[in-house]
Amino acid sequence: MTENRHAVSGLSDEDVLNMYRTMLLARRIDERMWLLNRAGKIPFVISCQGQEATQVGAAFALDQKKDYIAPYYRDLAVVLHFGMTTKELMLSAFAKAEDPNSGGKQMPGHFGQKKNRIITGSSPVTTQVPHAVGVALAGKMQKKDFVTFVTLGEGSSNQGDFHEGANFAGVHKLPVIIMIENNRYAISVPLKKQFACEKLSDRAAGYGMPGVTVNGDDPIEVYKAVKEAADRAREGKGPSLIETVCYRLTAHSSDDDQRQYRSEEDLAEGRAHDPVKSFANYLKELNILTPEIEEKFQNDIMAEIDEATEYAEQAPYAAPEHALKYVYAEQEEL
Amino acid sequence: MTVLSYMDAITLAMKEEMERDERVFILGEDVGVKGGVFKATQGLYEQFGEERVIDTPLAESAIVGVGVGAAMYGLRPIAEMQFADFIMPAVNQIISEASKIRYRSDNDWSCPMVIRAPFGGGVHGALYHSQSVEAVFANQPGLKIVIPSTPYDAKGLLKAAIRDDDPVLFFEHKRAYRLIKDDVPDDDYTIEIGKADVKREGEDVTVITYGLCVHFALQAAERLEKDGIDVHILDLRTIYPLDQEAIIKAAKKTGKVLLITEDTKEGSVMSEVAAIIAEYALFDLDAPIKRLAGPDVPAMPYAPTMEKFFMMNPEKVEQAIRELAEF
Repeated sequence: MTENRHAVSGLSDEDVLNMYRTMLLARRIDERMWLLNRAGKIPFVISCQGQEATQVGAAFALDQKKDYIAPYYRDLAVVLHFGMTTKELMLSAFAKAEDPNSGGKQMPGHFGQKKNRIITGSSPVTTQVPHAVGVALAGKMQKKDFVTFVTLGEGSSNQGDFHEGANFAGVHKLPVIIMIENNRYAISVPLKKQFACEKLSDRAAGYGMPGVTVNGDDPIEVYKAVKEAADRAREGKGPSLIETVCYRLTAHSSDDDQRQYRSEEDLAEGRAHDPVKSFANYLKELNILTPEIEEKFQNDIMAEIDEATEYAEQAPYAAPEHALKYVYAEQEEL
Repeated sequence: MTVLSYMDAITLAMKEEMERDERVFILGEDVGVKGGVFKATQGLYEQFGEERVIDTPLAESAIVGVGVGAAMYGLRPIAEMQFADFIMPAVNQIISEASKIRYRSDNDWSCPMVIRAPFGGGVHGALYHSQSVEAVFANQPGLKIVIPSTPYDAKGLLKAAIRDDDPVLFFEHKRAYRLIKDDVPDDDYTIEIGKADVKREGEDVTVITYGLCVHFALQAAERLEKDGIDVHILDLRTIYPLDQEAIIKAAKKTGKVLLITEDTKEGSVMSEVAAIIAEYALFDLDAPIKRLAGPDVPAMPYAPTMEKFFMMNPEKVEQAIRELAEF
C-alpha cells in the first residue's frame, strides 16, 4: 500500500494532479521540440527532460501571482507554471516575431516575460544569481513581500557569480531561494570533476544560509523544501540554498551526443529514474490518476501542442530590420 | 552659481537625484560609512541611511549584477567600482547582461543603471590604479559611456545618466576630482548624453579629446595663442556612442586634427574617432590625422620617471599641436 505523502505537505489531490499535468505537458513539449529539430524545422533544443519533478515541485511552492523567478535554460516546466503558454514556447522554438521571450532574437530556453515576472536570461551561465538577488533587494527596499527564485545547473555553481550572489543575499538577509538542479553533468563533465565537497548544499554554510539536498525525482520533496524556503524568506529570515539531485535524460542539447561520454549503464540508470513515470505511478497507486484522467491529460496535451506547433510554424518571422530595434529606449519612437 | 570641485559636483548630482527620486540608491565598496575611498559619496549615508547607500561585499560582479537585478525591477541603482581597474570581474555583467537586457527581451525588460568608476593616471597609482579602460567597453551597443571633463559637465551628465532608461558607464578622472574647479549653477539641470561640446573656438588646429586631457589641451591652447596658433577644442563627453556630427564638423572646421587620449594608442577610442573623420571628412583635411596617446605598454608604471613618461601633459599636447600647425 502506497503511503499518501502529499497530504501532509498541504497538497490536495487536485494539486498533485495539476503538478503531474504540468510535468507531462513540459515533457511532451520538450519531446515535440526534439522531433521538430530532427525534422530540420527548428535549429536548436535544450531540454528539461529528467528535471520536470524538480521544476514543478519548486514552481508550485511559489506564489505565481507575485513571486519573481530567474530561471535557467532548462526550466521549461517552471515557466509553464508561471504563465508562459505552450504556444509561446513554440513561438520561441521557431524564433518567430511573437515569441514573448525575445521576439525571435534569442535561442529557445532563454526565458523572459515581464508580465509573469520571469526575468530575462542569457547564455553565459549564472549571471542570473546576482540579478535575482538584486530583484530581492529592490523588493525589500520597497517593502514588498514577494520572494525571488533562481535556478542553475550544478556546473554553474562553480561560477563566481554563484558565490558572489549567494554571499550578497546572505549578508543582506534577502528573500531569495537559490535552487541548484544537479543533473550530474556539466555538458560532458561528471560530478567528480566538478566539485570536491560531498553535497552542493554544504556550501550554504559559507553564505550563512540553510542548505538542503533533496531527491529531485520527487516533486513532493522538492515542493516541501522550496515551500519551507519561501516561508522563511517571507518572514524576513533570508535566503536558502536547495540542491535537487536528478538525472539528465537527454544530451546537453540538440548539438550534443552524450553517448560519447556516458556509459550505457549510466544512461539506463537515468531512464530508470524518469520522474514523470515515477510520479504517475505514485498517483496511480493512490488511485488519484485514473486511466480516464490520464487519457484526458494525454489527449488534451497533444491537442494543445499540435495547435501550438501549427500556429508557431505558420507565424511570421520578425522583419529583417527588426534586428535594429530596442538597442536603447529612444528607439521606440522609430 | 557656486564654485565646486569635480568631486563635489558628482556628490551633489547623486544627492539631488536621491532627493528627487526615491528609486535611486548607491551600492559599492566603502561607499557608506566611509563615504567612498575618494569621498565621492560623502554625507550621503548620513542623509539617506544604510538602505540607500549600501556598503557591499568586495565582489565587483555582484555589485553590478545586483544592480542589474534592481534596475530590472524598476529601481535606479548607482553602482560604484572603486577603481576602473577593478571593473574587470564585472565585465560579463556589463557586456553580456546590462547592455543587452532591452535588446534581448525585445523591449520587455530594461536596465536603467549607472556604473561609476574613477579612472586615469598621474596620481602615483601604478599599473592597477591608473588605467583608462573605456576602450574595453566602447564597442557595445546598448551601453552608453560618459566621461566628463568639468564640474559643470559632471553634474549635468551624471544627473542625465541617473535618469537615463538604459545603462550608463560613467568614468570620472580621479586626478580631476580635486584639481578641477568650476562655477556650477545651483539649479537642477541635465546635459544630454551623446552630445560633444566645443570647449574652445579656434581656426587653425582642431583638438578632439575627453576627460582630463581637455584641460591639458586648454592649457596648451593658451600658450599657443601667443604664437598665433588658434586652437579649436572639442570635448567628446560621451565616448560611446560617439557624436559623429560634432566630430565631423570640428574636423572640417580647421582641416588639421589632433586626437588625444590618455589611454594606450592602438585600439583606443581615438582610433574610432580617426576612422569617422577618415570616412566622412578626408577631403576636408589639410594634414594627416594625428593621434597623441599613451605608449602601447600594458599600463602606467609606478616610478615617477616612468609615470611622467607615460602620462599625458600640456607640453606633449603643445608640441603635437605645433607640429600640426606647421604641417
